[in-house]
Amino acid sequence: MSIEIKNITKRFPGYTALDDISLSVGTGELIALLGPSGCGKTTLLRIIAGLETADAGSIILEEKDTTNLPAREKNVGFVFQHYALFRRLTVFDNVAFGLNVQPSSVRPSKSEIRDRVEHLLKLVQMDWAIKRYPSQLSGGQRQRVALARALAVNPKVLLLDEPFSALDAKVRQELRRWLRKLHDDIHVTSIFVTHDQEEALELADRIVVINKGKIEQQGSPQEVYDHPANAFVYNFLGNVNVFHGRVHDGKVLVGDHLIEGKHELDLNEAKNGQAFIRPHEIGISRIRSGENDLVGIIRDIRLMGGQIGLEVETSGFDKLIEAEIPRETWQNLQLVKGDEVFITLDRVRVFSGEYDI
Amino acid sequence: MGYTVFYLSAIVIVPLSTLVFGAFRMDPQAFISTVTSPRVLASYRLSLSTALVAAIFNAVAGFLTAWTLVRYRFPGRKVLDALVDLPFALPTAVAGICFATLYSPVGWIGQILAKADIQLINAPSGIVVALIFIGFPFVVRTVQPVLSELEPEMEESAQSLGANRWQTFRKILLPHLFPALLTGVTLAFARAIGEYGSVIFIAGNLPFKTEIAPLMIMTKLDQFDYDGASAVAFVLLLISFTMLLVLNGIQRWQQKAYQ
Repeated sequence: MSIEIKNITKRFPGYTALDDISLSVGTGELIALLGPSGCGKTTLLRIIAGLETADAGSIILEEKDTTNLPAREKNVGFVFQHYALFRRLTVFDNVAFGLNVQPSSVRPSKSEIRDRVEHLLKLVQMDWAIKRYPSQLSGGQRQRVALARALAVNPKVLLLDEPFSALDAKVRQELRRWLRKLHDDIHVTSIFVTHDQEEALELADRIVVINKGKIEQQGSPQEVYDHPANAFVYNFLGNVNVFHGRVHDGKVLVGDHLIEGKHELDLNEAKNGQAFIRPHEIGISRIRSGENDLVGIIRDIRLMGGQIGLEVETSGFDKLIEAEIPRETWQNLQLVKGDEVFITLDRVRVFSGEYDI
Repeated sequence: MGYTVFYLSAIVIVPLSTLVFGAFRMDPQAFISTVTSPRVLASYRLSLSTALVAAIFNAVAGFLTAWTLVRYRFPGRKVLDALVDLPFALPTAVAGICFATLYSPVGWIGQILAKADIQLINAPSGIVVALIFIGFPFVVRTVQPVLSELEPEMEESAQSLGANRWQTFRKILLPHLFPALLTGVTLAFARAIGEYGSVIFIAGNLPFKTEIAPLMIMTKLDQFDYDGASAVAFVLLLISFTMLLVLNGIQRWQQKAYQ
């Protein structure tokens, strides 16, 4: 194990940011800490980096207890949301900084530093900007430089705090793929924090979903997405319809409708619960495909690029059902507002209790 | 634009130009002999050196104060913050009288200093104390905003890259704050050269010893030597102007280097 996080607790005046968190990260893994803002994920990252101290618990980096080491002795690379490049230094000096501040007994020679910086800048495809200042670079370029700077000191672990959230959508996606590729090449153990589920799903080897200072679930993107442990995880990982439902004889009663299908119930007995359905898992058709189909009327149609979003009103449901269908299906069905359609609900998930979104 | 030019001319340029014309009306010979007379030279020397010492002191003290005000939260911080501006607001004569009372051999602080055989009153060191007082807010108020704008992330990333506190300060913070610090110090210095009100009460105004340049102007005016007064004033004006030019040059150079 490269990082062992044991029972970390951190309280701030008025709330608990981290509540007894334990987590292991394997060597070379790329982990996403996913959660809403204020859930404590950034605090955890900062504690690992030594920029914040935990009230209880310990951090073990490569078999060495580093809980009480100051940030400068931890040997972790930290990439900040807003880059935090040294504005008065050139790109070269930024990347060389971590090497230049080493005590002269271990510091590499000038030419070694130059070689290393040039190598890293090539790696992040920024070698053309070696003499520039950060103010002359775009956000995405700055973040690449920040990454090279963090890698310069050969960190045991690379920590990235919402590294792409300050960038615009297009650049964000590009950098995401690029980072994944970079990680496959250099295999440095990495943890990144994000509130963007898409980013976590696309980038990470393993996702750790955090809410209110606690880990809700961890697993591969596939696991977490397909088998969410609870309502929070289900809801956080994508768009969702929520209906108040009841479980009855292994069937789900939503409103007046008894819905059958491939449910994965975590309840056996009749109890209040909430039914979750992902919009893209809802079937929309002109003709009845089964006797359990619901009948609804299309109230709104939204174009969302490749997908079409429909809002469908169904009697007995407390709110409109949101469905997403491929553009092609939409064109074939020639749906317009006010049309009557049949709705197939195949993968309803029910979780116990009342959970507020 | 029109307003700016108008006000600038009415408030700054016209009064100053009379001074320049006054000085040029003089016979060059008389001008030179006035401004190079030993007593005037001594006063320039005194003004410049005390102002310089005060400015250097303020560079350190003002920097530390700005640092404390921005980086620490403590009870009374807001009061302290407001007090920094006091030297701006206080009539300089009031400050002067306070100093004279405080540091006189029978004053609160003067008593203590007298025991240690230190005399501030009627001595250049007393002038320095007064100049420190009036120059102090310049440094604090120029450094403070730059310091509070500085993201803590920059220091944090320096730390996590292995830099100790001194390296972080030396290589990251100081280069950032230096232009502001230099501006503040230059302003404090320029102001101190011309300071009159708070100094004359404490200085004792002994010719060749504690007679500052602005006082020379007063002395000459008292003797109805208007030309002489303008000549001395003109040199002071030149000094201030040079300071501002240097300041501007430094700022420009700083900006160019990092753009």
